[in-house]
Amino acid sequence: MGSYVELFIKAVFVENLALSFFLGMCTFLAVSKRIQTAFGLGAAVVVVQLITVPTNTFLYHYVLEDGALAWAGLPDVDLSFLGLVTYIGVIAAMVQILEMVLDRYFPPLFHALGIYLPLITVNCAILGGTLFSVQRDYTMSESVVYGIGSGFGWALALVGLAGIREKLKYSDVPDGLQGLGITFIIVGLMSLGFMAFAGIQL
Amino acid sequence: MPDVDKDRGSKTETVARTLLVAFFVSLACSSLVASAAVLLQPRQIANAILDVRRNILEVAGLLQPERDVNELYESIEPRVVDLETGTYVQDVDPETFDPLEAAKDPELGVEVPADIDVARVRRRAKLGLVYLVRRDGEVATIILPVSGYGLWSTMYGFIALEPDGNSVVDVTFYEHGETPGLGDFIAKPGWRAFWRGKRLFDESGVLRIEVVKGRVSVDDPLADYHVDGVSGATLTGNGVTKTMQYWLGDHGYGPYLRNIHGEGT
Amino acid sequence: MSSTAKRALLDPVVDNNPVTLHVLGICSALAVTTSLLPSLYMCVALTVVAACANAAVSLIRHVLPSSIRIIVQMTIIASLVIVVDESLKAFAFETSRELSVFVGLIITNCIVLGRTESFASKNPVGLSFLDGVGNGLGYSVILILVASARELFGAGTLLGYTILPNVAEGGWYNPNGMMLLPPSAFFVIGLIIWAVRTWKAEQVERPEFRIHEVHRTEVL
Repeated sequence: MGSYVELFIKAVFVENLALSFFLGMCTFLAVSKRIQTAFGLGAAVVVVQLITVPTNTFLYHYVLEDGALAWAGLPDVDLSFLGLVTYIGVIAAMVQILEMVLDRYFPPLFHALGIYLPLITVNCAILGGTLFSVQRDYTMSESVVYGIGSGFGWALALVGLAGIREKLKYSDVPDGLQGLGITFIIVGLMSLGFMAFAGIQL
Repeated sequence: MPDVDKDRGSKTETVARTLLVAFFVSLACSSLVASAAVLLQPRQIANAILDVRRNILEVAGLLQPERDVNELYESIEPRVVDLETGTYVQDVDPETFDPLEAAKDPELGVEVPADIDVARVRRRAKLGLVYLVRRDGEVATIILPVSGYGLWSTMYGFIALEPDGNSVVDVTFYEHGETPGLGDFIAKPGWRAFWRGKRLFDESGVLRIEVVKGRVSVDDPLADYHVDGVSGATLTGNGVTKTMQYWLGDHGYGPYLRNIHGEGT
Repeated sequence: MSSTAKRALLDPVVDNNPVTLHVLGICSALAVTTSLLPSLYMCVALTVVAACANAAVSLIRHVLPSSIRIIVQMTIIASLVIVVDESLKAFAFETSRELSVFVGLIITNCIVLGRTESFASKNPVGLSFLDGVGNGLGYSVILILVASARELFGAGTLLGYTILPNVAEGGWYNPNGMMLLPPSAFFVIGLIIWAVRTWKAEQVERPEFRIHEVHRTEVL
């Protein structure tokens, strides 16, 4: 149990997908103007990560890996080169399904998330989470924990940034830095702050 | 304008057309990808092997930039070792044996119990691979592969020892994910030089090798077994220490090295 | 070269730079720029993928049904990226290890998908190809600037050659370790954006709120 807690904490703080690995930056910088929208996108990312990371890890271990198809009588087949296409396909499909489920059963939530759901498909953080889970050879339960943790970490960073930007609404920023420029500087400082978590061992 | 779009919409949106386009795109893409994968695979495998050999030659001090790696590698003799007994195993081919793959196999690998697993390798193969460097028929250097968790991810390296199985010739970490500019000191020649001449075990056979914090002090009684660390990168240094303590200890190559101390190679 | 072609090729370098104006392709711009050599490989990889993907999507733009538009584009992009990844592993093994995850992430690189969606699906093949190259160039310019700054000040080297001799090797330059750490990439890009927008004032964003001082005689 302890190692799952450690994995979660690590995924959220030490190896934060947004601030340590710079994944999902495009949406991260674009959607962080208001805390409310940041919350919505963050929640959507957590759900998508929770679904896709374990699914892709499963597919890797039982279909794509070298020798994974042994259960089907094909132990010599190595389909790992199809990894990237498979993961993207799964992510796109899951997001589409999630969209349809929300539209049918949770319409207010669907309207709140609106355009962000399709944006999640191309969010590098989602694909990155899957790639890390596969590269580090996580077991199924570890991939679930990592999925939730990494999604939550990204969402946390997003909401944090939105909070800071809202606070800066009335500040007198130099013209050239207005908007995008100062956001980069803020994120740089946040990233520096998150480095303090490196090396925490529970 | 809207009418033209509706017309165009109905022309391209038929189910048949959708399926046809989807089929042809999939066909084209999969042919492209599969051909690339199949055509390039021999080269990739050759590259991977060359890379490992280059690293082994480097840690043995035999790498010469102008000479062909495969040619130089002829003086290296890989052997398979049973880690529990520390004796050579004859019926497994060292050229094809992959300890990392074997570790994952439920038959060929064992799980490392958490209290022993200081290097966080989680699993290791029952058999190990050692590389003997032969000069004029005699063993001149023994090279052991090691791996362990640093700060960010697993570090993979080699340690080269004198034929006594105790004095260090060189250490290299050829693959790691440590912090660039800080933890990556483990791959830099300047730090590796600190390992030369250090000893692993003391007179009573206790494993003493350790990467310390900061510089090794001149009055340090265990200076022979201590390697300078880098300030600001203590955790990477600790990772190296734990890697060495696991692989050179009783659960790793310890029994093999004890046999060497007793009887030689 | 016709003027539209020239515009497609050169616009994205400064005026319409995908990174500093459109906020696209940031992830890899930050992550691989600790040294110049892997960044150069990344630039080439992205430019090749962007150009070929644009050309491919443009080729089938008239027959591609809208319902499967996005997924077909992603399939094409993913396939090209796999080919590039496999080629790197075959011809530049050391670098492929360093770039590992990030080459795969070219698939979700917003620049590539953004251009196939907004440009290639509506323009002829030749122009789309040039647009892909142009955006690749714009991305490369930023990457090279950031990587050069980070490697030079962080390690004193460029492409592995020592420019500023390190104290550790008997020189005078004490390398700025922070430049090799992730946050510095944000700072460098922020400063580049500041410089570009000071040069090209038309890119400056309007602030959302401005505190307005009211004078007694002023009528609001």
